[in-house]
Amino acid sequence: MDPLSTATTAPSLAVSGLAYAYPDGHQALFGVDLTVARGERVALLGPNGAGKTTLVLHLNGILEAGAGSVAVAGLPVAKQHLAEIRRRVGIVFQDPDDQLFMPTVREDVAFGPAAAGLRGAELDARVTEALDRVGMADFADRPPHHLSFGQRRRVAVATVLAMRPEILVLDEPSSNLDPASRRELADILRSLDVTVLMVTHDLPYALELCPRSVVLSGGVLVADGTTQELLCDEELMRTHRLELPFGFDPRSVTVPG
Amino acid sequence: MHVPDGFINAPVSVATGAVAAAAVAVSLRGARRELAGAGAGQGVGAGAERTAPLAGLVAAFIFAVQMLNFPVAAGTSGHLLGGALAAILVGPYTGVLCVSVVLLMQGVLFADGGLTALGVNITDMAIVTTVVAYAVFRLLVKVLPRRRSSVTAASFVAALVSVPAAAIAFTGIYALGGTAEVPIGKVFAAMVGVHVLIGIGEAVITALTVGAVIAVRPDLVYGARGLAKPLELRTSPLAPEGAGTPVPAAAAAPAAPRRSVRPVWLAGVAAALVCAGGLSYYASASPDGLEKVAHDQGIDAKTRDHATKDSPLADYSVKDIADPRLAGGLAGVIGVGATLAVGTGVFVVVRRRRNAVPARNAGPAAEGTGNA
Amino acid sequence: MGAGHAHKLYRHGHSPVHALPAHCKIAAVFCFVLIVVSTPREAVWAFGLYALLIAAAAVAARVPAGFLLKRLLIEVPFVAFAVLMPFVAEGPRIHALGLSLSESGLWGAWNILAKGTLGVAASVLLAATTELRELLLGLQRLRMPPLLVQIASFMIRYGDVITDEMRRMRIARLSRGFEARGVRHWGVLAKSAGALFIRSYERGERVHLAMVSRGYTGTLPVIDATTATRTQWTRAAALPLAALAVCLLGWTL
Repeated sequence: MDPLSTATTAPSLAVSGLAYAYPDGHQALFGVDLTVARGERVALLGPNGAGKTTLVLHLNGILEAGAGSVAVAGLPVAKQHLAEIRRRVGIVFQDPDDQLFMPTVREDVAFGPAAAGLRGAELDARVTEALDRVGMADFADRPPHHLSFGQRRRVAVATVLAMRPEILVLDEPSSNLDPASRRELADILRSLDVTVLMVTHDLPYALELCPRSVVLSGGVLVADGTTQELLCDEELMRTHRLELPFGFDPRSVTVPG
Repeated sequence: MHVPDGFINAPVSVATGAVAAAAVAVSLRGARRELAGAGAGQGVGAGAERTAPLAGLVAAFIFAVQMLNFPVAAGTSGHLLGGALAAILVGPYTGVLCVSVVLLMQGVLFADGGLTALGVNITDMAIVTTVVAYAVFRLLVKVLPRRRSSVTAASFVAALVSVPAAAIAFTGIYALGGTAEVPIGKVFAAMVGVHVLIGIGEAVITALTVGAVIAVRPDLVYGARGLAKPLELRTSPLAPEGAGTPVPAAAAAPAAPRRSVRPVWLAGVAAALVCAGGLSYYASASPDGLEKVAHDQGIDAKTRDHATKDSPLADYSVKDIADPRLAGGLAGVIGVGATLAVGTGVFVVVRRRRNAVPARNAGPAAEGTGNA
Repeated sequence: MGAGHAHKLYRHGHSPVHALPAHCKIAAVFCFVLIVVSTPREAVWAFGLYALLIAAAAVAARVPAGFLLKRLLIEVPFVAFAVLMPFVAEGPRIHALGLSLSESGLWGAWNILAKGTLGVAASVLLAATTELRELLLGLQRLRMPPLLVQIASFMIRYGDVITDEMRRMRIARLSRGFEARGVRHWGVLAKSAGALFIRSYERGERVHLAMVSRGYTGTLPVIDATTATRTQWTRAAALPLAALAVCLLGWTL
C-alpha cells in the first residue's frame, strides 16, 4: 500500500518499540510505544534526563531509530521521505534563538516553505498567514533578536506553522515566559486545529492545554491517561520526580473542553 | 596582527589573494567531510548541511574568544589567535574556513586589516597557522600513546610551532612584496622573535582549552572520539510483552589496531631535529643586517629592544660559537629539543592531574571557579 | 545587544551612497583601494587627491568627519610600526633633529601610513553606509561562494549571543570572588574558553536541527534578487574611475 494515501486515516503519530543510544554509548530510549490520534493534544511529561528530547528528535528523523519505528500520519520516518516527514512534523525548539537563525522575522518564517520550493506571492501569503495566527504580523521586518522572549517564542511557532504541519511538537513551550506571554501562547495553541505533542515540566500548563498526558521515565513510557488522572496519582508522581507547584490542586480544576 | 593596505605591494597582494581563495575553496569541500561526522553524530542526512551552522558558530566562537583577555603581568594581557585551537577542535579545513571568515568580517565590517591585504592576512593567519598546527598535532598524536593527555600535549606543541610559522610565512610574503627596504633578516628576526613569545602564550592557552574540552566532551575534539556501546531494551509496564534482548549497535566502529609506536616516534624526533638544524643552517646563510646597522648607527637600544634579547637563543643563533651558520643550526636543534621537553612536561603534569581527579568530575568546573 | 557588530560602524541614513546596491559599493571600494595601493609612493600629491575623493564620498554619504576620523584609530598599531621604520631600514641616511634616519625607511613609513589610512577610510565608509545583511548579500552577488556567505551570516547572527554568554560567564566568575590577575589564573580562563566552545558547538548543532527540521538541505533559499541598474553601477564606479585617473597621472608624471 502506498504510504502517502493512508495519510487521512492513520493516526498523526505512531511510535513503536523505539530504542536509541547516542554515539558516546549513553542509551536514552529503551523501547517507547506511543500513538497520538489526529487533532489530539497530548502532553509528554517526565523528569530531566528521561529521554524526552531524544524522543522528539526521532519524530522527524533527525535521530535514526536504533530499534523500533516511527510513522507520521501513516508515513514511516525513513530516509526516502525525510523531506515530507519534516514538513509534516513541526518542532518548536526550547530556545527560540536556536530556531530563529535568519536575519529578519519574515525571512525566518519563509525559510521552511521556501526550502520546500514555494516562491513569490504564494510564499508571502503563507508567511503572512502564519504570522497572523500568532499575532506577530506587524513584526515581519524586525530582526528576531530585537523581539522580547515571548515574541520570539511566538515567531518560532509561526516558523513551523508556515509549513502547515500535521503535528506540532513543542519543547517546553512555557519556559522563561512571563505569565502574560504564557497565557497568550496558550490562547494561540488552543486556537490551532493541529495535533499537538507538548513536552513540558509545567504541569498546570499541561492540564490547561492537553486532555491527555503520557509520562516518560528512564527511557520508557510509564503512564498514559487523562492529564487530570495522572496529576492526581500521587504515587506515580512521586516515583517519577514530578511535582506540582505549591498550592496547586489538580482536583480543584475544571478542565475546559 | 592584521596587515593593512599598502604594506605589501599590489601584485603580491593579488597573488596571495588567489592563494587564499584557492585554499578557502578547498576548505569548503573538506569542511563538509569534517563536520559530517563530528559531535553527537546525527544519523540521517548529516553532511553538507551541517557545515554552515557549525562552522558559523565556531567562527563566532573564535571571534568571541579573541576578546577573552589572559592577563600576563603588570596590566598587560594577551589573547588567543585561535588558528591552532580551531584546527585541533574542529579539523584543519573547518579551521581554515572559520578563521578566514573571521578575518573577512573583521576586514569588511571593522576595517581591521586592509581589503587588499585580505589575501595576505588569510594566507598568513588562517592557512599557515592552521595547517602547520594540524600537521604537528597529527604527527604527535600518532607517535604519542593513545591517551587524552597526549592530545593536550600535542596541542601545546602544535600551537607553539604554529605562531612562529605564521611569522615566517609573513616574512616570506614580505620578501616578495614588501614596500619598505627593511632587510629580510631583520624582519625575520623581529617577527620570529616576538612570535616565539606569543606562541608560548598561545600554546599554554590552547593546551589548557583543549584539555578543558576533552574533560567534558571528548567527542567534540576532532580526532579523539568515543566508542559506542550496544543498545539495551527495557520493559515498559505499558507494553503487552517485554523485549529484553540487547540489540547490537550498528554504529560502533572498531578502534584502529594499536601499533608499536616507538620507532615512529624516534624517527619523528630525528626528522624534526634534522629539519630544524638544516633549515636554520641555511636560513642564517643570509647575514642578518640588524646587528650591523644597529651598531653602525648607534641606535642599538631602540631596535634591539625586543623581548628575546637576553635569551640565549636570541635571533636563533647560539652565542659564543664563531661560525654563524653552525650556530644557527645548533639553535634550531636546541629549539626543537626545548619544545619537546616542554611538551613532555605538560604531558606528564596533565597525566598526573588526570589520575588525581576523575575526568567526569572535572566537567562542572569548566563553568568558572574550578581549580585555581 | 544589537544586530551583530556592524551596528557599531553602520550609520543609518538615506543618502545616495546608502541607496546604492551593496555589491556595487563593495566592488567600488575594493577597486579604489587596489588602485591606491598600486600608486607610486613618490607621487605625494596623488594621495592628497585620493583623500579629497574619500572626503567627497563621505560628504555624499552624509557621514560626519568626526565619525570617520574616530574610526581611523583602528590603525594605530601600524602607525607605531611605521614610526619605527626610518630607524631600521637600510640605504642612504639623512640626519634630522639629531636622529639618523633611513631615507627609504621614511618613504616606507609614508607609504604605509598614506595607503593604510586611505584603505581604512574607504572600508569605514563602506561599513558606515551599508547594512550588514546587505553586505553579505552583496558579497554573494559578487560570486563569493554561498556556503561562505552562510557561514559569515551565522557568525554575525550568533556573534552577539556568544559574546553575551562569555560576558555572563565572566560575571559568574566575578560573583564567586574570582579575578584573573596573572598567568596562574589561565587554567580557569581556559576552562571558560573550553566551556564556551562546547556551548557554541552545541548551539551550532541545535541550530542545525532547527534548520533540518524545516527542510534545509544545504542551500539557503534566495528570496530577494536585487539587481543593480546601469546608472547605479555608473555612480558607484565614479570613485574608482577618478582614482584610476589620478593613479595613471601618478605613474606618468
